[in-house]
Amino acid sequence: MKAEVLRQLASDLAQRRAVVLASDLKSGARQLIYPETGKGLAHLQNLIADALRSDRSGIVDTPEGEIFLNVFNPPLRMIIVGAVHAAQSLAPMAQIAGFSVIIVDPREAFATAERFPDQEIMATWPDEALPKIGFDARTCLVALTHDPKIDDLALAVAVASPCFYIGALGSSRTHAARLERLAGHGIAPDRLARIHGPIGLDIGARGPTEIAVSILAEVVAVLRRGVVRTESKIGAA
Amino acid sequence: MSGRDRTLLPAAAAWLDEGRKIAVATVIGTWGSAPQPAGSLLIIDADGNFIGSVSGGCVEGEVVMEAQGVIKSGETKILEYGVADETAWKVGLACGGAIRILLEPVTGEGS
Repeated sequence: MKAEVLRQLASDLAQRRAVVLASDLKSGARQLIYPETGKGLAHLQNLIADALRSDRSGIVDTPEGEIFLNVFNPPLRMIIVGAVHAAQSLAPMAQIAGFSVIIVDPREAFATAERFPDQEIMATWPDEALPKIGFDARTCLVALTHDPKIDDLALAVAVASPCFYIGALGSSRTHAARLERLAGHGIAPDRLARIHGPIGLDIGARGPTEIAVSILAEVVAVLRRGVVRTESKIGAA
Repeated sequence: MSGRDRTLLPAAAAWLDEGRKIAVATVIGTWGSAPQPAGSLLIIDADGNFIGSVSGGCVEGEVVMEAQGVIKSGETKILEYGVADETAWKVGLACGGAIRILLEPVTGEGS
């Protein structure tokens, strides 16, 4: 592999650009393929698109020999709205699991570098912060403030975006009231149905740290499986 | 650290900046209960330092050793480890899986 290929890969990841590195195992040729340009290896275009969508690398057999397609999707990203106690547990856990984490909370007393030493912090309202971040299919949003003034703004932006997961903290009753409020703002039911609430897998979580485990587990389940079985959701609180 | 930690490629680029000679090992195929999926990367330098992972610790030592030869010779290699293979037991791939690894030098800078 040429050094410039490795440097280009690092730069693409930093810019959140999806790329596939095709390695011809017989000839030794290496090629970077970008889905948006569609250039190169035209006969493998469908396989390359599949590999990107499923986030799976693997060998494809061609008449000329084996080609290894290594998928480099943009890094996973978690936006946590609410610089609350559970966020202090969730943020480092998500980072270990491979997510970059951004904390959004307009309450400056919460959104401090002391409470979140290793995370990017945006101490502004979600409707201002989120458009700046920009959502893509490798981004998820977790709303944890309990405060409709803050969470609702974030959820309204997220449901209209291609982000892969949206979750909101609160009991079934709180969640029902939330959905009613958002519907009152003219948000369509199919968009509201994207919000996971009550948030997290039902693991009997107690306290902020275990709640963080259940949230991260649900995020991974949706990322890898696409859906979460309803019987594994937390019951009415 | 996961085999595809987001810090891995920037770290490898930084090694190149420092003038270190490196090799990249990529898992290109897995069978059975291999712990790292295809696409996982291990970056190795000429002093045997390494970042990333191809197997969760089972064959890293062996791959790092092979990498020294690859960095010197400039030749790409394909390595295979599996339970049926006598050496696999020696290097400890006891998880019941098998893996195939592409090991290649990074060329074009100071080489």
